[in-house]
Amino acid sequence: MRTFRMGGVHPADKKISKDAQIEKLPVPKMVYISMAQHLGAPAAPCVAVGDKVKVGQVIGTPTGFVSAPVHSSVSGTVKAIGMVNDLAKRPVNTITIEVEGDEWMEDIDRTPDIVREIKLDKKDIVERIKACGVVGLGGATFPTNVKLSPPPTAKPTCVIINGAECEPYLTSDYRVMMEMPEQVLIGGTILMKALGVGKCYVGIEENKPEAIKKLSALAPKYPGVEIVPLKKKYPQGGEKQLIDAVIRKRVPSMGLPVDTGAVVQNVGTAFAVYEAVQKNKPLFEGVMTVTGDCSKAQRNFLHRVGTPLSYIMEYCGGIPEDAAKIISGGPMMGKAVSNIDAPTLKGTSSILYMTEAQTKRKPESNCIRCGKCVGACPMGLEPYLLNKLGRAGMMDELEQHHVYDCIECGCCSFTCPAYIPLLDTIRQSKAAVMKIMKSRPKK
Amino acid sequence: MNTIIFTVATLAILGLLLAIVLYIVAQKFKVEEDPRIDIVESLMPGANCGGCGKAGCRAFAESAVKEGLDNLFCPVGGNAVMQKVAEALGQKVEAKEPQVAVLRCNGNCEKRKKTTRYEGVASCATVASLYAGETDCAFGCLGYGDCVAACKFDAIRINEKTGLPEVDEEKCTACGACTRACPKLLLELRNKGPKGRRVFVACRNKDKGAVARKACLSACIGCGKCAKVCPFEAITVENNLAYIDFTKCRMCRKCVAECPTGAIHEVNMPPRPAAVKPAAATPAAAAQAKPAPAAKPEEKKVEIPVQKSE
Repeated sequence: MRTFRMGGVHPADKKISKDAQIEKLPVPKMVYISMAQHLGAPAAPCVAVGDKVKVGQVIGTPTGFVSAPVHSSVSGTVKAIGMVNDLAKRPVNTITIEVEGDEWMEDIDRTPDIVREIKLDKKDIVERIKACGVVGLGGATFPTNVKLSPPPTAKPTCVIINGAECEPYLTSDYRVMMEMPEQVLIGGTILMKALGVGKCYVGIEENKPEAIKKLSALAPKYPGVEIVPLKKKYPQGGEKQLIDAVIRKRVPSMGLPVDTGAVVQNVGTAFAVYEAVQKNKPLFEGVMTVTGDCSKAQRNFLHRVGTPLSYIMEYCGGIPEDAAKIISGGPMMGKAVSNIDAPTLKGTSSILYMTEAQTKRKPESNCIRCGKCVGACPMGLEPYLLNKLGRAGMMDELEQHHVYDCIECGCCSFTCPAYIPLLDTIRQSKAAVMKIMKSRPKK
Repeated sequence: MNTIIFTVATLAILGLLLAIVLYIVAQKFKVEEDPRIDIVESLMPGANCGGCGKAGCRAFAESAVKEGLDNLFCPVGGNAVMQKVAEALGQKVEAKEPQVAVLRCNGNCEKRKKTTRYEGVASCATVASLYAGETDCAFGCLGYGDCVAACKFDAIRINEKTGLPEVDEEKCTACGACTRACPKLLLELRNKGPKGRRVFVACRNKDKGAVARKACLSACIGCGKCAKVCPFEAITVENNLAYIDFTKCRMCRKCVAECPTGAIHEVNMPPRPAAVKPAAATPAAAAQAKPAPAAKPEEKKVEIPVQKSE
């Protein structure tokens, strides 16, 4: 069985909510749709206060090449356009819509039938994906159409669908594979057509045997699609790690993943691509998990983008008493929620409750140069050294030691026996070094 | 005996020859350096703080000799050093107002309650990269002391009671290191003012009034009362936040009395009834029928905050 070759760790294999079917979350009374739901330039609102909007209507237009449009996830009246705090309590330009009924745009195909025939051609597929605001749902929310328009020098050879879901607790991708397997594979086929390649791998970790079985049974119907079972290891779902695991090629330092010929898309993205291209449905819904050891419910939801997290928490029986920390995303790379009224985004994958014992940081002691972090780093860096250099502010040396290659997976902090917050300092250094590198005149 | 003379003579001639070679090489490859650079450097404070924008005192001296003193100022040495440098270089400099770092946040532990708990690296930069901070104010001081670490003159300390850094006016040289270290840009270099008297808005919250007030009892709510009452047009309100231009402010203190949240601070001012100096003293006195207007909103303060349970 394949896996990536360098580093990696094995966090607890917990998928408590994996058997909970995806439920449709009721639409709240108010939704708050952020204009910055994707990597790159935030969208610009194109509706005014008082306007009536329908489900799927464009309410934010992209502002730049790396940007994506934003669609209304509900029907109703625009109540306000202004700053609303996100889950890190940072103000973000947001459109507030009061929900009235559930009236969809007429051109969205709402039938449950699976459309298998791909009618659009290469160029139209990319255009449709762009117009539907599809972004990468693996975490980084990078606009998908940009990934499907690689630079002319790059020669894509295959699509890799990321079904690794290597983070503990998260089960949204798993549920998508279990409940919408054909749609995912059609999505993969669409992506192949958009890139003009003939091969599509679906990488799934071995801790999801049912998903591997289900997709393997369906795969022969789709020429070029191959299911690749992967050994369980974190961070297998990282783009560079998945490419290494599936096609045995390393992304060069400072290079693009497409330099290896692979274009990686998440399972959720493949499903969103299917819906956009075959059903003309923009990305305004997402699958998310509510879970955690102390969580009152273990459920998977199809939520409308812009639903306040607090609404979902209430719906699941409220915040458990012994929850010390709420995380949106996985426990390894997710973000702590400091504002429970923050709305969900396109890329929101979970609400995860952690107990005090799970989140408590242990006191830091001295580095004994055991080298565990070096062995765990999937990018082949030396985290202990980067930490030292970062604390001393030695920017040149940090650059020489490739701090910019860090993918912020947290394997080093996870594995450190001295509980040194390696990632925290490296992340700081990385940001500072990247800033310096960007400010240099280009040759 | 001959051997000794021969040896000494050989060594002497050899030494002489080598000295000549060395001299020629030194002449040929000598690096021309303006001697004035050394003179200027000797006049500098030698703190190498980088407050002037140069890499250190030597770099300042080089720049001063080569490019002139027009865009240079040594905040540590101040006007005295600049005057000496100007004399040494035969140039003229205009005296600058001495400055001091001022913290534009007054949300202490009581006024600005913590709603979340941060656990991790004790650095403002790290906290700021993760989220808005432990309180509900996304603009306020995080209190982890990056400014303290940045200060080379030991002029900033975190006050345990308020949780906010305090600048020691005596020690602060206005080098500006703290202004660059603060991720929330809370520290600002402002003119020290006559006798160290200053009036400034101790807040940077750009949220709308109600939101700001909910997060912090002493936040600037952007009501604009201060701008209206200011006779010198020194106050501008932009993005729900007032700012006092220290070059225009004449320290009449009307705004301090007017501010409903107490976000405007006065420093080193004499007690109120005693000194009323500006020419337009009569309307000022009327406005200063003071504590009363300041006290009313004080009562309001208690009812407005609805602290959310975590």
